[in-house]
Amino acid sequence: MENVLSITTFIPLIAAAILAIFLRGEDEAAQRNAKWVAMAATVVTFLVSLFILFDFEPGNTGFQFVEEREWLLGLKYKMGVDGISVLFVLLTTFMMPLTIAASWGIKARVKEYMIAFLILETLMLGVFMALDLVLFYLFFEAGLIPMFLIIGIWGGKERIYASFKFFLYTFLGSVLMLVAMVVMFSDAGTTDIPSLMRHSFDNQTLSVLGFTVLGGMQTLLFLAFLASFAVKLPMWPVHTWLPDAHVQAPTAGSVVLAAILLKMGGYGFLRFSLPMFPIGAEVLTPLILWVSAIAIVYTSLVALAQQDMKKLIAYSSVAHMGYVTMGIFSANQQGVDGAIFQMLSHGFVSAALFLCVGVIYDRMHTRDIDAYGGLVNRMPSYALIFLFFTMANVGLPGTSGFIGEFLTLIGVFQVNTWVAAVAATGVILSASYALWLYRRVVLGDLIKESLKSITDMSGREKAIFAPLVAMTLLLGVYPSLVLDLISPSTEALISQYDTALAQGGSPAAVQTAEAAN
Amino acid sequence: MEKIILFAPLVGAIIAGFGWRIIGDKGAQLVTTALLFLSCVLSWIVFIGHDGTLQQIHILEWVQSGVLDSSWSIRMDRLTAIMLIVVTTVSALVHLYSIGYMAHDHNFAEGVSYRPRFFAYLSLFTFAMLMLVTADNLLQMFFGWEGVGLASYLLIGFYYRKPSANAAAIKAFVVNRVGDFGFLLGILAIFFLTDSILFDDIFAAGPSLAETQVRFLWADWNAANLIAILLFIGAMGKSAQLGLHTWLPDAMEGPTPVSALIHAATMVTAGVFLVCRMSPLMEYAPEALMFVTFIGATTAFVAATIGLVQNDIKRVIAYSTMSQLGYMFVAAGVGAYSVAMFHLLTHAFFKAMLFLGAGSVIHGMHHEQDMRNYGGLRKKLPYTFWAMMIGTMAITGVGIPLTHIGFAGFLSKDAVIESAWAGSAGGYAFWLLVISAALTSFYSWRLMFLTFFGRARGTKQTHQNAHESPMVMLLPLGVLAIGSILAGMVWYGSFFGDHAQMNRFFGIPAHHAEASAPAEGVVAAGTDLAEGDVAAAADAVTKDVDGTDPTGAGEAHAEAAAPAVVPAIAPVGAIYMGAENTVIDDAHHAPIWVKVSPFIAMALGLLTALWFYVWSPSTPRKFMEAQRPLYNFLLNKWYFDEIYDFFVVGAAKRFGGLLWKRGDGSVIDGTINGVAMGIVPFFTRLAGRAQSGYIFTYAFAMVIGIVILVTWMTFTGGAN
Repeated sequence: MENVLSITTFIPLIAAAILAIFLRGEDEAAQRNAKWVAMAATVVTFLVSLFILFDFEPGNTGFQFVEEREWLLGLKYKMGVDGISVLFVLLTTFMMPLTIAASWGIKARVKEYMIAFLILETLMLGVFMALDLVLFYLFFEAGLIPMFLIIGIWGGKERIYASFKFFLYTFLGSVLMLVAMVVMFSDAGTTDIPSLMRHSFDNQTLSVLGFTVLGGMQTLLFLAFLASFAVKLPMWPVHTWLPDAHVQAPTAGSVVLAAILLKMGGYGFLRFSLPMFPIGAEVLTPLILWVSAIAIVYTSLVALAQQDMKKLIAYSSVAHMGYVTMGIFSANQQGVDGAIFQMLSHGFVSAALFLCVGVIYDRMHTRDIDAYGGLVNRMPSYALIFLFFTMANVGLPGTSGFIGEFLTLIGVFQVNTWVAAVAATGVILSASYALWLYRRVVLGDLIKESLKSITDMSGREKAIFAPLVAMTLLLGVYPSLVLDLISPSTEALISQYDTALAQGGSPAAVQTAEAAN
Repeated sequence: MEKIILFAPLVGAIIAGFGWRIIGDKGAQLVTTALLFLSCVLSWIVFIGHDGTLQQIHILEWVQSGVLDSSWSIRMDRLTAIMLIVVTTVSALVHLYSIGYMAHDHNFAEGVSYRPRFFAYLSLFTFAMLMLVTADNLLQMFFGWEGVGLASYLLIGFYYRKPSANAAAIKAFVVNRVGDFGFLLGILAIFFLTDSILFDDIFAAGPSLAETQVRFLWADWNAANLIAILLFIGAMGKSAQLGLHTWLPDAMEGPTPVSALIHAATMVTAGVFLVCRMSPLMEYAPEALMFVTFIGATTAFVAATIGLVQNDIKRVIAYSTMSQLGYMFVAAGVGAYSVAMFHLLTHAFFKAMLFLGAGSVIHGMHHEQDMRNYGGLRKKLPYTFWAMMIGTMAITGVGIPLTHIGFAGFLSKDAVIESAWAGSAGGYAFWLLVISAALTSFYSWRLMFLTFFGRARGTKQTHQNAHESPMVMLLPLGVLAIGSILAGMVWYGSFFGDHAQMNRFFGIPAHHAEASAPAEGVVAAGTDLAEGDVAAAADAVTKDVDGTDPTGAGEAHAEAAAPAVVPAIAPVGAIYMGAENTVIDDAHHAPIWVKVSPFIAMALGLLTALWFYVWSPSTPRKFMEAQRPLYNFLLNKWYFDEIYDFFVVGAAKRFGGLLWKRGDGSVIDGTINGVAMGIVPFFTRLAGRAQSGYIFTYAFAMVIGIVILVTWMTFTGGAN
């Protein structure tokens, strides 16, 4: 299959088109058909994406399965994957059938709901495969729209506020990225991502409005991309849209948001910021490392104070993304490997935690922690699964959550021990908020009248969790499955980054030299 | 065989945990217990057959990233072998005992199958503990370390309907995580300095780390000391040393067999094991060792004082455990690692037995745990009484002074105290340990007198219905009793005997006494190093160690090593004692008064307890009233919990709330919303009207249009 990337990307879109055109009516049969079409499409997408995995050559650090053709207005359609992106593609196709299965209980506007998710899948896959700047931007921005609709239409009571907050935060971030892209194009004369990665942007110290900018143009471009990716990931302090969005989104929306959409920010750093603006990255690395460490402590403390289950998990997500940025900007093998691993792991674990909330939300229609307590008495299977993912979330060794945290910490320790020490307090804080949540919801005596008849998980619900449990354990015990695939590419990335720094001359060194003169 | 030892408990846990619906309650108990006994028998075969040489058994790759390399593997040496028998023996006996102890439990309604879960947790714990002790690198050790933490969390919180149990479970996990935070930083620092987390590489790097300065946080540190202290912080958490000890007494919320297995014999000794395991590094970290000694001695003393006044039988034993762990750390801290392991071994036997005996009493007394409601039970529970008697004689150190004849604790505790005298300058540790020995004797005999002697107190009915435990519970007590009597005498020579015996036991090729004539391999290594041929030097010494790759470490530290003819490869032997470390010899040559001091302390404690609780039972009350503030201070455990609750737990919650409301709410959202204030209300108003209408769709189409238009215009424009 030559066009396997395009095929994978557009199967969901075609399925969405089929639904939009052929499916009529709002009756039960139509609803069922919509669900099954979406399920079939996402499963087929996943199966097709397995071909990418099997034919992928880990040793080859270049882009593979590259497709390139002309598109409208002289723009290029270019797709490809490397060791950094291939697993995000797989993560997306893996999660989508589970997402659809988790939405089985949706009653309102089922057809439109499924269409939104299918389109979203195409756009997300496009982001991870696009090798052209414009194409990337289109996928990246367009992905906002279905998510905006999912929160805005199928969300909770405050959904309008949340969806606009989500949209505006991410959109405003993107405007700066757009400007940066224009500048990049005018400087390099191409929108081809592999060419841009080889292009070296100017790094002479500039003076802008009286401020001296070390690293010059690279730093400015880096900042512009940072604006977009930091919001997306999200990094502290531009994270406040995430808890609101999560709280209001339907369960499946939260799952996609946490598992995949956030990862676009981290992926962006690896695809653009590090390879294209190495000197800009180096100038801002101390800042980003500190912001990451603060994020971990700050959001963990905030999570301690939450009364809403989804908010708590959302803040925990922000903390985990702190490890990701910390790992990426350690700019060494362990850090970057760990960051990618952490993103994949968080994809499974946080998705599972949001699904756990979904399970009881479907039964009780509240996310208030105080409304629960003693669930273990009637829901032993649920208690076990929730405990498993709670432990994965706090990074217990043997689960995938540990590997990412450990590798990013070991990466950052080599750069800055203060940041490592501050970030490592996350292991204490995460245990506190996660176990406390678990205790308040699951443990204790079941005394609330409303909970007396609550039922344990159904077969469908267990089937959704089974693959997530399997992946979390498998990657925790045998992480080589992932690390062997990504290591050659991250190694190439690091050596390219180091070479660029060596050639460009570290701005810090330049500054010292100037000061000496 | 080692793999069977390691994985049999895991298999048992899985079968019992997930298959109990098929095999039933009985089946689950039998399967886990049988598999544990299998592990136990094999462990003894391995222990007795072990010749002291190191074996490394590779199982599976684990985390590999760049130069970071770790795998699932088994490191078989004497330390591992000792821990294997301790863990599997106590665990197997506790499994057996639990069949009786957990047969009925008023915490669960009729028909609730809680037993398979209990046995699955016990076996899971055993597996994690075995992973910890067999680890060949720090990461696998950390896996076991956290794994036993998980099992401990599950078992402390086993009675999940009790709020106190749930609170204790979280406390145990979180306080342990504070220690783990230090452990983790220690691993990070080791990797930073040596590019490896394999024990062989770390041990080889010991001498060069001692010469390295490293920047960590605000200061420059000696690398060896820094790493040793960070790792020891981990050990403090797991082994409940002063400062991170508050979780251990609360952990008594778990069922009593759990307390015996996890919170007395095995898991809490993991910290001691860690320090002994890292002896090739610790030897180069003198300041860290002083810190270990200081903390150990202080803990031994503080815990013993608290133990004096507790009324809950399990809490007394819990503080006693904490105190004894302090003894072990003192031994390790003065460099007598083998003595620490010796006390660990004997303590496992007699402390497990004391807990199981206490469990038997609690079982017989219908879950009454307050000793003030006991009394005169020796006739009702004769076997339990004798078992506890043996345990008490073992912990207090009954034996014949100046000979090697006595109960297990007599030999090992005396060894610890003699080592403390030999190794601690100024005698701080020595004197605190001697005083603690008197206190230990007092509270242990107090427990015995309050429980088994005097007249019956508490409700009449409880005492009338008091009954001896079934055979399945008494049998483990009997086995442990034999251990408590003999363990000290049998292994005294191996742990604390002459050089030849100890070296043979631990597989150490050359002792410090013969440092001038080191083993051939080391000489060869030294010569080769001088010529810069590191690989050859490494091969010369590690020829009997398969699967190691010492070249990396060797190269990195060749410079430091070359002048001083120090081997740049891992020292051979399960424990390592530097050339200047003569603590064992010095301890052997301690004066008579040092050697008899623990015995005198024990006798004083016994006499005081006799006076207070047998001859003149009104004395304690008078004493308590005369010393009210002191009594309250001890009863409230030096107020550690209150201080932590206020300054740490409460502060964290308050601060979290503040960050959320003020930080996220006012500052961040306020600022960002302020900037976007013109836009948000506009859209929300628009959307408010548009929720179900067409305007919503329209507004959205517009946004999409703008996005596409802007993109297209800018790029085509840029191309011109």
